Amino acid sequence: MEATKAKEKIIEAGLLIASASSILTTAGIIFVLFYESFPFFKHTSFFEFITEKQWTPLFADRRLGILPLVAGTLLTTLIATIIAIPVGLIVAIYLSEYAPSRLKEILKPILELLAAVPTVVYGYFALLFLTPLLQSFFPDISGFNALSPGIVMGIMIIPYISSLSEDSMKAVPMALKEASYALGATRFQTSIRVVIPAAFSGVASSFLLGISRAMGETMVVAIAAGMMPNLTANPFEPVQTLTSYIVQVSLGDVPHGTFEYSTVFAVGVVLFFMTLIFNILSFFLRKGIREGVR
Amino acid sequence: MVDKIKAEVRRLNFWYGDNHVLKNNNLIVAEKMVTALVGPSGCGKTTLLRSFNRMHELYPNTKSEGEILIYPDSINILSKEIDAIKIRMRIGMVFQKPNPFPKSIYENVIYGLRIKGNSKKSYLDEIVEESLKKAALFDEVKDKLHKSAYDLSGGQQQRLCIARALATGPELLLFDEPTSALDPIATARIEELIASLKKEITILIVTHNMQQAARVSDYTAFMYLGEIIEFGTTNKIFTNPSERLTEEYLTGRFG
Repeated sequence: MEATKAKEKIIEAGLLIASASSILTTAGIIFVLFYESFPFFKHTSFFEFITEKQWTPLFADRRLGILPLVAGTLLTTLIATIIAIPVGLIVAIYLSEYAPSRLKEILKPILELLAAVPTVVYGYFALLFLTPLLQSFFPDISGFNALSPGIVMGIMIIPYISSLSEDSMKAVPMALKEASYALGATRFQTSIRVVIPAAFSGVASSFLLGISRAMGETMVVAIAAGMMPNLTANPFEPVQTLTSYIVQVSLGDVPHGTFEYSTVFAVGVVLFFMTLIFNILSFFLRKGIREGVR
Repeated sequence: MVDKIKAEVRRLNFWYGDNHVLKNNNLIVAEKMVTALVGPSGCGKTTLLRSFNRMHELYPNTKSEGEILIYPDSINILSKEIDAIKIRMRIGMVFQKPNPFPKSIYENVIYGLRIKGNSKKSYLDEIVEESLKKAALFDEVKDKLHKSAYDLSGGQQQRLCIARALATGPELLLFDEPTSALDPIATARIEELIASLKKEITILIVTHNMQQAARVSDYTAFMYLGEIIEFGTTNKIFTNPSERLTEEYLTGRFG
């Protein structure tokens, strides 16, 4: 009896340590992020940081406005979302409600393979294939631009959205679908009016995961968007995102401990808050929806 | 024996894959009466019921032969030339467990009308009130029509599902063990409801509960191993069955 109890205690402690480790890691990352960005905010006015329209920390004429990077991130993420959400949702509906099980067994792994392609490949796909293709339709699009990596990121996150949405749509009870069919609904009406609302919390989570993935994506935008801080909403122009700025500095020869080095962490803090705000919003969105219809 | 026939099953055979589950079934469904399908688990009563609105088509590997005619127009429900959706608009169904949609009470009732493109508010309001009244639910929910259907109790949810089926004005209503998930009080209310509904609609009900069949139905068909063993007025089946198998089942000797 005593031995079993001791064993239980050890198992419990082990599980606690395992779960605590991920929280500790996160806390550690946040600490380093804030600690290292401290020198930056000591020398920069916060007002300038959020209102200045240029970001040139590595130039002699130093301007420290975060807006261009935020705009670049939002623009590429928005383009990716516009591509990925409708396509991902359509694929999920097809897989869960229409595709014969044989075909589904083939299609789903192929789709999930999209998520396994290294992002650097996507980056060059955007730069060397999609951008020239877009240029043949829109001659005034620049060689580096927000549109092409945005579209490619959208393609990249389709499997996240379709796969997760399909899982939650598959979990909708057959009884609910039968009720819809029994009232004379078509397959499409059943999918749109019953299956998606019933699976909404899973579908919404898949959207949010896809969007956070696009926001944090680094390689594709670093390769194809142009590394040029640019406060614009024009997808034909080159832009730089928060993540690709971090890459740019990390790859260069900026020495540790300098002011330039601390800008990376300041940008990291902004990215952290953007994803945080986004996650909080999505939490309330899902909660509201659950309370509204369940 | 039957005054007016609403539907008629003729030589119906049905297979799940290689499994022959309905064997040469013949049945008549009397208009504006309640017909009960009874029998032990696995006898095919639910399969027969679900043939009426072609629910089997939602699943692969099913096959049927024979006819189910619906009157007055003598259309063969099972005919491939007839769209299952048209059939389902004429034949409503209430399921074993209450299965309201994750929508408001109001939207649940008018679902069948919405999908047909009805959006005129005054008309929908009228149908909602009328259907909920027919389902004896209106007084309990009239102040919370726009609240989630999931806030209702199980018995109320099942009456909502009945209101939802009634809203499209079906000629025939199928009940698949509608009270198997409900407590005795909720069950009694559904049974009362069935008795009042048959004034205007034909009802076919599958039930496990023999007392329920005796209480609510006018005609009873006893099924065993995919065959309809005996069909007659409920009174005759329960008091003086012609078949030995029927009698043994009703007296609890098997099943």
